[in-house]
Amino acid sequence: MQELIVKARQLLESGEVSRVLGWKKGEFEYDPEPAFFETAESLDGFVYNGFCGANLSKYMIEAGKKEGKTLVFLKPCDSYSYNQLLREHRVDREKAYIIGVGCKGKLSGNKLPFEGILKVTGADYPDAQQTLTVQTLYGTETVAYQDAMLERCHVCKGKEHVVYDELLGESCDTVDADRFAEVERIEAMSPAEKFAFFQEELSKCIRCNACRNVCPACSCRKCVFDSTAFDSAQKANTTPFEEKMFHIIRAFHVAGRCTDCGECSRVCPQGIPLHLFNRKFIKDINALYGEYQAGSDLESKAPLTSFTTDDAEPGVGRG
Amino acid sequence: MPVTENWKPTIVAFCCNWCSYAGADLAGSSRLAYPADVKIIKVPCSCRVNPMFVLRAFEKGADGVILCGCHPGDCHYSTGNYYARRRMTLLFSMLDYLGIEDGRTRVEWVSAAEGVKFSETMNSFVETVRALGPSVRLGDLRCKN
Amino acid sequence: MKRIGVFVCHCGSNIAATVDVKKVVEMALLEQGVVHAEDYPYMCSEAGQQRIAEAIREKQLEGIVVCSCSPRMHEATFRKCAERNGLNPYLVEIANVREHCSWIHKDMQEATQKAVILMRAAVAKVHLNTPLQAGESAVTKRALVIGGGIAGIQTALDIADAGYPVDIVEKEPSIGGRMSQLDKTFPTLDCSACILTPKMVEAAAHENITIHTWSEVEKVSGFVGSFTVEIRKKARYVNMDKCTGCGICQEKCPSKKPLSEFNRGLNTRTAIYTPFAQAIPNVPVIDPNACIKLKTGKCGICEKFCQAGAIDYTQKDEILTQQYGAIVVATGFDTIKLDKYGEYAYNESKDVITSLELERIMNAAGPTKGHLERLSDGKAPKEIVFIQCVGSRCSDDRGKPYCSKICCMYTAKHAMLIRDKYPDTNVTVFYIDVRTPGKNFDEFYRRAVEDYGVNYVKGQVGKVAPQPDGSLLVHGVDLLENKQILKKADMVVLATAIEPNPDARKIATMLTASIDTNNFLTEAHPKLRPVESPTAGVFLSGVAQGPKDIPETVAQAGAAAVKVIGLLAKDKLKTNPCTAKADELRCNGCSQCANVCPYGAISYETRQVNDHGIREDRRIAVVNSALCQGCGACTVTCPSGAMDLQGFSNRQIIAEVDAICR
Repeated sequence: MQELIVKARQLLESGEVSRVLGWKKGEFEYDPEPAFFETAESLDGFVYNGFCGANLSKYMIEAGKKEGKTLVFLKPCDSYSYNQLLREHRVDREKAYIIGVGCKGKLSGNKLPFEGILKVTGADYPDAQQTLTVQTLYGTETVAYQDAMLERCHVCKGKEHVVYDELLGESCDTVDADRFAEVERIEAMSPAEKFAFFQEELSKCIRCNACRNVCPACSCRKCVFDSTAFDSAQKANTTPFEEKMFHIIRAFHVAGRCTDCGECSRVCPQGIPLHLFNRKFIKDINALYGEYQAGSDLESKAPLTSFTTDDAEPGVGRG
Repeated sequence: MPVTENWKPTIVAFCCNWCSYAGADLAGSSRLAYPADVKIIKVPCSCRVNPMFVLRAFEKGADGVILCGCHPGDCHYSTGNYYARRRMTLLFSMLDYLGIEDGRTRVEWVSAAEGVKFSETMNSFVETVRALGPSVRLGDLRCKN
Repeated sequence: MKRIGVFVCHCGSNIAATVDVKKVVEMALLEQGVVHAEDYPYMCSEAGQQRIAEAIREKQLEGIVVCSCSPRMHEATFRKCAERNGLNPYLVEIANVREHCSWIHKDMQEATQKAVILMRAAVAKVHLNTPLQAGESAVTKRALVIGGGIAGIQTALDIADAGYPVDIVEKEPSIGGRMSQLDKTFPTLDCSACILTPKMVEAAAHENITIHTWSEVEKVSGFVGSFTVEIRKKARYVNMDKCTGCGICQEKCPSKKPLSEFNRGLNTRTAIYTPFAQAIPNVPVIDPNACIKLKTGKCGICEKFCQAGAIDYTQKDEILTQQYGAIVVATGFDTIKLDKYGEYAYNESKDVITSLELERIMNAAGPTKGHLERLSDGKAPKEIVFIQCVGSRCSDDRGKPYCSKICCMYTAKHAMLIRDKYPDTNVTVFYIDVRTPGKNFDEFYRRAVEDYGVNYVKGQVGKVAPQPDGSLLVHGVDLLENKQILKKADMVVLATAIEPNPDARKIATMLTASIDTNNFLTEAHPKLRPVESPTAGVFLSGVAQGPKDIPETVAQAGAAAVKVIGLLAKDKLKTNPCTAKADELRCNGCSQCANVCPYGAISYETRQVNDHGIREDRRIAVVNSALCQGCGACTVTCPSGAMDLQGFSNRQIIAEVDAICR
């Protein structure tokens, strides 16, 4: 962490960047939050630890509207999101100084209670595959690092940064699960079971919009759900359509653009596995149109804005 | 909704103006019958069909949604149906994943000269949907009782 | 809330016999905003339109729904009616209760229910319709004719005579097409070349006609009035300006192996060649696959002998880009391949030939200099059998389901010519039906039978068996006598089915013109618009649209030319106002829409936007409405819903969905 602060201070003081986008301590030890630092002094509040799962790339849209360059720290997976935004002309590369930071798998504050760990006051942050020691009001607790890791880190897409100005820090491999196993489990269910599964999950939704707000692909200036563009009624809220279809439409809108950063599931206060929608599209795209990782480059054709003349027909492969 | 013998499905058919809508016209002028459950909405091209329209239909109580367009390679706008094909492939797969049986969604390429195919397609689609019975209301997806 | 009028047409009994029109009117009056509803026997009639006009005036209608036939039939009629009476034409919607309802359903209750739902969907949509203004686009006053056969030549001549420049693109080295391969023509028996050559010459000499032979259309973009076409002018290796057409190069060329395309492969030609003596232009081309110089770098004999210095081995293909207001497809036909018809022994015996090959044999400039002889041994055939409908009217996938139309007549012609010139040769024709619907056609056929003693046998041939003595044993059946026939023949002529030129599909795809399952181009209406493609600005001439003979082809060529002239005579065209439009406040400038636009109609510009008081520079999509054709691909790509299609907006379509699923 210290080397990041040193670097940030250096760049701020030299005037090369006008601000720093990183993380600061949140209300609890396990929820550091994204933050802009405008001065070298304010960097005292900068943190980078195992709980810094938050993807900073989307904040670069707002940063791009400000004067001067912004230094941003991107984890390997965050860099895909940044690249995707770059592709869509939503961020200005000229106004970003990107430091690719190492990642040893990020932890989920929400997972600790499931492991019986409450009232966390502090933690040390070893590498994955090791034991995590957590300080709580009730004393010190330990848990296997993997058991507290974010879902996305179990299926990490790699420790390479796809865009950066310089790299800092070490990474280590955290993959220990099949990315599409859960999707396949659902696919194997009967229609009634599938519907029941998603109904159970989606009925928890309180439409807080956290998933939408955090999603780097959901970067529309004005979300379709906040306008009357699609509704025959004069006001969006006179029909329950968007309430009900929100997650499906959101998933479709980010299909072919979603980098599978997993932020939607991470921030959901109701613990809905929202990534299962995105992963379904990703799995189908990979199977039907060839392996595609959104954000991995700026040139390749996106699956939904391109085609081949001999594409699969709808319904093919669905039994 | 209880399944009765008299139950009639609600079926929305999106037809592109240049091929399939004309194919449906030809089915009509050739008096090739298909069930009255099918209601056609004209769109300029199959690529105009937004997944939201399909979801809207299911949410409002449709039991089946079919999209008809020009044959691949014959799109009036050259490439529209190729995009429609990808979009609908993914959308229908997603609907299947959510528990909307795959028999309730279909894409069929029907040219302006294929009145017979239009009629046969609608007959077979309606038959499939009838066999499946009323659709779970997609609108209930977020309303567990 | 709009004030809407609903008009329900009986269409005589076409609608009213199955749909309770009174019930539809009654239900319409229950719909929100519907202030007027009525039914009438023929809404499209003068009197029907008068009722619409009165209702617009008296009830101050702001939207109209006509429940009638398909919008393809009368949408334009009712829109014009609205416009005449002060209502924007795009405030009219049609509920198709005839083709999509009354004609396909028998049960009155069911059909009426459906008609009511279709009416409701149209009412729901029209509530959201907005007045649209058709834009204008300029017309490039130049036409392109693809194909230089009789269809293309005649179309080009007629357009050129009206004063508009025309380009003919022909992929062969000469114009002339199939007609130039024919010997005589039915039913007058005048010589094909004698009537075609003057037209070819006239086309070549016409000040308004430019002929591009040995050229192919490579790419087409744009739209009616303003097509941009790329034409590949293949390397000819002969300088068109220098060549005098003396023919010495062809005399001296040592490469004599390639089969003559013009003579249907019955003899060979040289590597540098003009396909036939009357070729236009009379400038040879070098076949790069046969030329020794081009393949090995050695030879160069033609260059040495060419006194005009016209040979140029360094020529490359050129791409010519040209603007056109209208395009005529006159790509013609070829005969089908007979690989699937092994029973006729076409591939086994040289003496089993197609009718087109017989044309070449009968022609004085053909491979046998006009002598009727067997290609196997050069002997004069004494017994000739003609087999009709080879691959035509075929119910399986070996042949074509349609009648090729010209075969009955040309077979009668061949039979008659042979009997006339070689009275000691017997001619037998096996036929399914003899079809002679044309002026002087049946008289012509009867002459063949009555005056020339041609033996017509109603029945099909099951097998042609080559015999060791070189003859052919024809196994046929006589349906009228109900007996099998075994006939020994010296020559068998197959009336081979015709099919559209193999390039037709490729060209139709480039033009986004519709094509049917047999690869014939589809007309905009089979009866009322037979020479127009459904794609605006694309017209059809000749066999590319369907089998036809020379007089019909010439007539259609003239009709297509008239349509082209009518188009080119306009200075401006009204454009479809149903184009896409981006809402600047919702657009992200993400570029996804431009990726799917087939017309390159979307560009991006950075401009200042006032978003509820916040002024900022934003990258915004801009649609060029002259280029946009209104497919809507962009609208679905746009996640924020900023891009919408006028006339088919998201809200309009959703309103229709809601009305149907209500």
